[in-house]
Formats: sequence, C-alpha cells, structure tokens
Amino acid sequence: MDLLEVKNLDFYYGSQKALADVTLNIRRNAITSLIGPSGCGKTTLLRCFNRMHDLYPGNRYAGEIRLQGRNILSKNEDLINLRSSVGMVFQKPTPFPMSVFDNIAYGPRLKGQRNLSFLREKVEKALRQAALWEEVKDRLKENAGGLSGGQQQRLSIARTLAVDPEVILFDESTSALDPISSQKIEDLMTELKKDVTIVAVTHNMQQAARVSDYTALMYLGSLVEYDETEIIFTRPQKKMTEEYVLGRFG
Amino acid sequence: MTNARKRKLQNIAALSLSALCALIGLGILFAILFDVLKNGARSINWALFTQDPAPPHLAGGGGLKSAFLGQGLLTLAAAALGVPLGILAGTYLAEYGRNRKYAKIVSNLADMAISVPSIVIGTFVYAILVKPWGGFNGWAGAAALAIIILPVIIRTTEEMMAMVPWNLREAAFALGASYHKVIVTVVYRAAAGGIFTGILLAVARVAGETAPLLFTSFNANFFKLSLSGPTPSLTVTIYLYAASPYENWVRMAWAAAFVVTALVLALNILGRALIKYRVKG
Repeated sequence: MDLLEVKNLDFYYGSQKALADVTLNIRRNAITSLIGPSGCGKTTLLRCFNRMHDLYPGNRYAGEIRLQGRNILSKNEDLINLRSSVGMVFQKPTPFPMSVFDNIAYGPRLKGQRNLSFLREKVEKALRQAALWEEVKDRLKENAGGLSGGQQQRLSIARTLAVDPEVILFDESTSALDPISSQKIEDLMTELKKDVTIVAVTHNMQQAARVSDYTALMYLGSLVEYDETEIIFTRPQKKMTEEYVLGRFG
Repeated sequence: MTNARKRKLQNIAALSLSALCALIGLGILFAILFDVLKNGARSINWALFTQDPAPPHLAGGGGLKSAFLGQGLLTLAAAALGVPLGILAGTYLAEYGRNRKYAKIVSNLADMAISVPSIVIGTFVYAILVKPWGGFNGWAGAAALAIIILPVIIRTTEEMMAMVPWNLREAAFALGASYHKVIVTVVYRAAAGGIFTGILLAVARVAGETAPLLFTSFNANFFKLSLSGPTPSLTVTIYLYAASPYENWVRMAWAAAFVVTALVLALNILGRALIKYRVKG
C-alpha cells in the first residue's frame, strides 16, 4: 500500500476551484516532485496533505486523501495529530524567535515532553539528521535568527524531523537559498528518504530531475502526467509534459 | 522675472517659513524645559523625597513623600489594570478576530478612544467610581488612568502582532501547535519588544496626567499606602501648589514638575531607544 493515496481530490478557495479531480499515489521512502507553471495548483495540493488550508475560512475539500489507509479529509481528523505526522518546510526559512535548541525542541515540547535529557538527545539527533549539528553544536543557546539562510532552512528541517513525521512536505524550500545551500538541502533530501517520505514542490526542473524518484506535472488544477522522474524527463506520454520539461511553456 | 527664478524664490520662502515655525515650536518647548529645570533643580533636596508637606508658614520645610508614593502606586495600579486587559483585547483583534468586521470596528473605536480628552474620562470615572462610593479614592484614579492607557495598549498589541509574518504562524501550526500555543509561544515572543515599548510609552503618557486625577483620587497631604481613600499624586500637587500664595508650596510645585518631566522624558527616551535597538537587531 502506498503511503499517501489521493483519490478524485477537488479543492475550492471559496467558490474558486483550484484542484480538479486529482488522483495519485505517493510512494513510501521516495521523493516525489510536483512541478508545473505558477498557479497550476501544486502548492495547493501540497497544502492539502497537512490540511494547512483549514487555517483560512471558506476553503473546501472534496474527494479523499488516505494516509496509511485513513482518510485525512474526514471531519473527525485530529489536525494536531495529522500535522505531527506530516511535517512541512516552507519557502522561506522560519526560525522561531528563540534559541536553536528551543526551536528544535518546540515540537517534542508541544507533545508534552519535558524531560531535559530526552530533549537533548532528540535535538542532537534531529540536528545530525539535518546535517547541521557540527555547525551549531556550540551555538545551541544562541538565537536561531543569527544563523545563515541555508542554516536556518536546515534548522526548519531539523525542527520538523524532531516530531518524527512520516512525510515531509517541501514547499519550494530551496528557492530562497544560494546554490551551495540549495545543494546541501538537496543532498539532505536524498539522505532523509531512508527514514521519511518526501513530497516537494519545485520551480526548478533540474532539481526535480536530479533529486526526485517520481514527478507529477500539474496544469490548471489538474494532474497532467505522473510517473517515474526518468520517464517524465526522457520519454513522457503526453505532448504537454514534453514541452514543459523542455522549457517550451510555463 | 524668469520662471526658474520665481520657483527658486518660492522655494526659499517656503524653506525659511517652515524653518522659522520649527524654531518657534522648539524654542517654546526648550523654554518650558529650561524653566522647569532651572526652578526645579534649585528646589530638589533630600527632604523632598523623605518628608511630608509642612504647613505653609514653615518656610523651607517639608517634602512630597506622599505624592511620590501616591503617584507610583496610582501608575502601578493603572498598569496592572490596563496592561493585561489591553494585551488580551489586542490579541483578540489581531488573531481570533482578524478579518472580522466587528474586530475592525472595535479597532477603529480604540483609535478614537485614544484621542478622548482625559478630563472626559475623569468625569466619567467620577460618576461611576467616586460619587456612588462616597468620595475621592485612589482606585478611581487608577481606573481613570487605566482607561486612558487601555486603547493605546490594545492598538499597539494589535499592530505589533499583525507585523509578525504569517509564515511563522504557519510553521508552528505545521508542527502540530494549537492556535493558543502558536500565539503564546511564537507570536508573543516575536512581538514582545514592540508591545513592551508600547506599554512603556503609554505609561509615560499617563504618568503626566492631571485632569482625570482631579476628579478621582484628588489629593491628600498624608498617605497611608492605600488606594481606598484620596491619594496624592505629583501632577495634582503641581496643580494645587503652583497656584497657592505660599512661597515654599510654589517651590515644591517646581520640584514636582521637575521630577514628573524627568520621569516622562526618561520613559520616552527608554521607549524610543528600545524601538531603535529592535529595528537594528
């Protein structure tokens, strides 16, 4: 069974339909890229997976998204619980105005964890996983706002890892970073897929081709084509996919 | 006259006129400050802070101990009443009530309340907290001051919280935080400096108020550290003593004016320094 199964998903911002009849399965321990021109609905789809849309009034879902078989769009879904199994890393780094340590410990503390030695272990493990430990191990008490942009983004990833998610959603998470920092994040994603499943929205087609195992092309709220990345970029079924990956439209 | 020459002359005229007005305005301000400094500094001595007022015929004796204590207590009580209420109301407007019509209305009303003349608030509190309770009391004075700072704190809190980027809230939500956790652990932290500065400036403003206290806490020569009776304050002391015919009372009024001005100035400078520090950091 695939980790995430999207079936006939429609999504509306108020009366405006933003996703139409999207059906796709996200494979476990793989990186799936969502690509497509601006406004195609890829970020909208990504934000359905942790029900981020629920923060704003008037948004509506129809269809199903199953996480390990459970329909997360159901009215009874506990969003706090859902969001600790589906983490998210945003476009811009979002360090909280507190120390590096407190940033990483934020999620475990939300779950009621107060034991300091447990938290220390957790923080170190998450920072190691995010390839940030060596750079910040002597600065854990400093304000996270003092880290560089690339470090802040890895901090955001570590913070997400500290709540032990099944899935991490990356929303154009390298587009605000310099090439070297982006490269580090890409390497990190490849490293992380051993432990988690990754869904990434990206505008950067080379990045999708380099890091992802599967790629989905979206256009005007619909899924155009979804397959292994290699197939999408070398021998796609649809004319539109070929033109998009060759940079002829979008 | 050529057009260019005419424009140049107009420019010079406008520049000198506005510079002159700025000079007059600043000149008056500095004249007041200088006067208060000159006369106040002369009247400052240790007894001012340690003794209670002496009868007017005893030249040179006495101090304003009670007025200092009363002023401090009134300001503290006003802050204790107004600050928590203001922060919570501002939080509601910025977070839970965001984008709702009635929240916008309340926010606009708070803006208007900021400019209500303080004497109106004084008479209002007189009607509800002085007359029915049988006389002037410090709690009424503190309530009047709290009503004055309340809208300032509401609006400052609202604006400072609205300035915290949505990204940051979303990031906290994405980790599984509930809304109140997001507000308390992330938004308040991010907005704390601004809110604190706003409180400081609001308290500075209210420390120099006289009119609302005339109707509420009024004055007392001797003060027993309780707000349940008439409570002395520096500003009302200035008002009463400055107009008195006794030379030593007038001197104490100058001293009180000096201390109030210095206090308000210090709070303002501290508040502004904090703003600068935050903008830099």
